[in-house]
Amino acid sequence: MSKVDLKDFKFDGLKQEAITDLNALSDADKDQLLMAGVVSDLSTRSASYLQMDQSAVHCQSRNEAVEIMDIKDALKKYDGLKEYFWTLVDKDKDEFTRSAYDNLHGGYFIRVKAGAKIKEPIQSCLMLKSEHVGQNVHNLVIIEEGAEAHIITGCSVAHGTKAGAHLGISEFFVKKNASLTFTMVHNWSESVAVRPRSAGMVEEGGKFLNNYVLLKPVQDLQMYPAITLNGPDSVARFNSVVVATEGSHLDMGNRVIMNAPNTRCEIIARTIASGGTIINRGHIAAHHVPSKGHLECQGLILGGGRIWAIPELDGTVEGVELSHEASVGKIAQEEIEYLMARGMDEDEATSTIVRGFLNTDIMGLPERLQKEIDKQIEELQSSDAM
Amino acid sequence: MLTIEDLHVNIGDKEVLRGINLQINDGETFILFGPNGSGKTSLLMTLMGFTGYEVTKGKIIFKGHDITEAPMYERARLGMGMSFQRPPTIHGLRTRHLVQMCARKGAVNPDMLAEIVNMGDFLDRDINAGFSGGEIKRSELLQLMAQQPDLVLFDEPESGVDMENMQLVGQVARDVLDGKFSVAPDLSLKERKEKVTTAGLIITHTGYILDYVNADRGQVLYHGHLCCEGRPRDILDHIRQHGYQECVRCMN
Repeated sequence: MSKVDLKDFKFDGLKQEAITDLNALSDADKDQLLMAGVVSDLSTRSASYLQMDQSAVHCQSRNEAVEIMDIKDALKKYDGLKEYFWTLVDKDKDEFTRSAYDNLHGGYFIRVKAGAKIKEPIQSCLMLKSEHVGQNVHNLVIIEEGAEAHIITGCSVAHGTKAGAHLGISEFFVKKNASLTFTMVHNWSESVAVRPRSAGMVEEGGKFLNNYVLLKPVQDLQMYPAITLNGPDSVARFNSVVVATEGSHLDMGNRVIMNAPNTRCEIIARTIASGGTIINRGHIAAHHVPSKGHLECQGLILGGGRIWAIPELDGTVEGVELSHEASVGKIAQEEIEYLMARGMDEDEATSTIVRGFLNTDIMGLPERLQKEIDKQIEELQSSDAM
Repeated sequence: MLTIEDLHVNIGDKEVLRGINLQINDGETFILFGPNGSGKTSLLMTLMGFTGYEVTKGKIIFKGHDITEAPMYERARLGMGMSFQRPPTIHGLRTRHLVQMCARKGAVNPDMLAEIVNMGDFLDRDINAGFSGGEIKRSELLQLMAQQPDLVLFDEPESGVDMENMQLVGQVARDVLDGKFSVAPDLSLKERKEKVTTAGLIITHTGYILDYVNADRGQVLYHGHLCCEGRPRDILDHIRQHGYQECVRCMN
């Protein structure tokens, strides 16, 4: 495994000017944002946040029930956010968390007020713009009691920027009967190192639905967000679609701890290695009953690479219902022949099956983002990458 | 339409078809009987061109083309269509999308076709995911309706289908064989009949399908050999009375 040396990156002095109107961004930057699911036309978003390098450059809410600001401002306003800040992620976990603790560059603070059902998604983008930039962000999301929201967050590299490091702490708080859909689209490049450190807490009756899409190369990514279902009747669901092309090293997975009765969770990851390496982790722990969890890691190796699936189930009381299904393989001949019998040649059949494998319809994404993802899959297929 | 000459087929080292000769004419529906393991499905799979069915001798002529070595998609594009017994589930591939892809002869309206086989609710589901026996049959017919093949290969259209669905499956199977979906619908029934050359090769155990399709000829496949040519109804009655034991005598 390649090692990330933080000394290779500049963690100081790369501030960026504020941008009042996202339309003022260059077309190339706008495209990069779009690929990560972030639109510059704000009329379809209830709130937006944009971080470039080491500065929050844009922050705006169009819905009074959504509070969005630079985490640094939020820390001032809310007296250090003691109840939340660094309560789920340990600042001493590793050098990456320490870097984010010692030298905070920003990150979003999003609070959705109690009872508010936010229809339009909230969007955020954390972008690397300067060469060899190191970015330390800390994001905090609080969905108050009974509130509902969809956050689309893209991480992106400006057009032309190659090397960078993104260290991101995220802490999620889903309160009683609240619901958060969190969609993350990663759009890095060949020599970017990424170290998110995320954790979430879901209270009674709360729902945390997480979608993750990574179709672009990334040098080295390691993340393992953990969600604790801390109240009865809470639910967590993870859906990931990941492709590792040549040169990409991904060590990723999801963990759910079911810490209350009547909890349910599902972790589904569909991964394709086409030259790259994917370590696909999954961990469900159940400490109360009734509780039901299912873990699925489906991997295809197409044209080289490695997929190492590590599904783990940990039940500590009688009556838990945990299951997992993992596979690492190739496209089934049976499926190819089924389509060939309908007149598709082998290439058409294969690409149809791969497109289906990577299908993200289930995530319920906004149309613009769905189209963008479909386009990326098409590009991936028409290139020699797969 | 289809001519099979002295066809020998191996699966691995085992010979499963031992010199099959068969001719199916334009517009004709041929019924294939035979006990389990007699090679019926192997014959269909070989005709369609599945891997694992190795032709060691003989040839298959389809619409004048020698397709013995042709890849599967070429056979499909030439006009061969097959209803699968146990089709695979393909994750993320919507039934609607597959139906559209089957329609190489011209765009079809999946919603309209789906209504005919009562599959409207399945169009936006992954193909074959959790489909029941009857639903699989209807979904296969839906794809065939879009594909409009000239030769339809049916492997046990009645298996796993309840009586109520059997009527629907049988009726639509007949419509596909009558070329209802391939000939201009504004023609009268008689005109259509004259134009239609769609042929069928159907495997059946129970013979229920004979209540619906207009089958011309039939034969029994036994231990990799074809025998007992006759009218499908007669063959079925004979098998019901005497079982397949008679075939042994017949062949010797």
